[in-house]
Amino acid sequence: MERLSDFLLAQASDGLVSWQSQVTASRQFDVSLAEVEEAILSADLLPARYQRNRQMISTAQQLQLFRSKVAVVGAGGLGGYILEQLARLGIGQLVSIDADVFEENNLNRQLLSSPSKLGRVKVEVAAERIAEVNPAVSLIPIQAMCDSQNGAELLAGVDCVVDAVDNVTARLDLSVVCDKLQVPLVHGAIAGWYGHVSTILPGDTTMQTIYRHWKGGKGVEQQLGNPSFTPAVAASLEVAEVCKLLLDQGRLLRNRKLAFNLLHMEVDDISL
Amino acid sequence: MKITVKLFATFRIDRFDIAERDYPAGTTVAAIVDDLELPRDQLGILMVNNRHVELDREMSDGETLAIFPLVGGG
Repeated sequence: MERLSDFLLAQASDGLVSWQSQVTASRQFDVSLAEVEEAILSADLLPARYQRNRQMISTAQQLQLFRSKVAVVGAGGLGGYILEQLARLGIGQLVSIDADVFEENNLNRQLLSSPSKLGRVKVEVAAERIAEVNPAVSLIPIQAMCDSQNGAELLAGVDCVVDAVDNVTARLDLSVVCDKLQVPLVHGAIAGWYGHVSTILPGDTTMQTIYRHWKGGKGVEQQLGNPSFTPAVAASLEVAEVCKLLLDQGRLLRNRKLAFNLLHMEVDDISL
Repeated sequence: MKITVKLFATFRIDRFDIAERDYPAGTTVAAIVDDLELPRDQLGILMVNNRHVELDREMSDGETLAIFPLVGGG
């Protein structure tokens, strides 16, 4: 019988394997689309969907991303964009954690929400969306609030955690759990026209520094709410940090806070 | 003494982006925060000359104080 790798090599054109060939291989060799993707990348070929990644992410790096597991805590404003971008980037395993269902006030900004999804569990909608966008990526939906009690269990075995929660308590808990697990945490927060992003490696106390004057309760987002564009900006900055962390590239926002103000179009890079 | 105060995000509304202000010697960060009627429960990071400070930090002539609001949404 023809081997999977031989089949893929025969199907490849200019080092690219089309989606159609990936699906055919999955059927013909009775393996999952994820297994075919791993086989394609291991043969130093590239699934054609990633051809516009090729100039900045090598095939070896694309395989590294595919073998990575990233947890996104929160599936709302930030989380929806983050999950979408991680799946399109080709992160092989995603974990989406959120306890909520979609409500009408989510519709102005949350990518995963739509009128037909009102009342649906956010992480289940996330799993459906990711299965549609990039079927080679697996998403584990966890309908729960991630806190200091269950965090270590929920986040065990991931390479990186992305903060997409909507309150300071959850962020401080997340930071403690990630430190305990020795996992990097990419932090992002938004309010109205404003937001900030920072990358926290094990041993860093960045989250405690950013929220050192916090006395409980919400930040200025309570008065400002959040529009459609601010979460997308913060989410994109966070995903860029995840990509660099996983590939050990570029310069991270470590011990720095990138604060953006979309009303005055100002960006401040603050040393922490 | 002269203190340059830089405000960020919502703290600019009905105040200013950056201003040089006069304060008596020994004025603390907390006194400036209160003088500007910035709600203490909305304080993010406070920096003097690009270093983190606490509210009880005494200011010196010519220093720059930057005040960020607390941003925690998602």
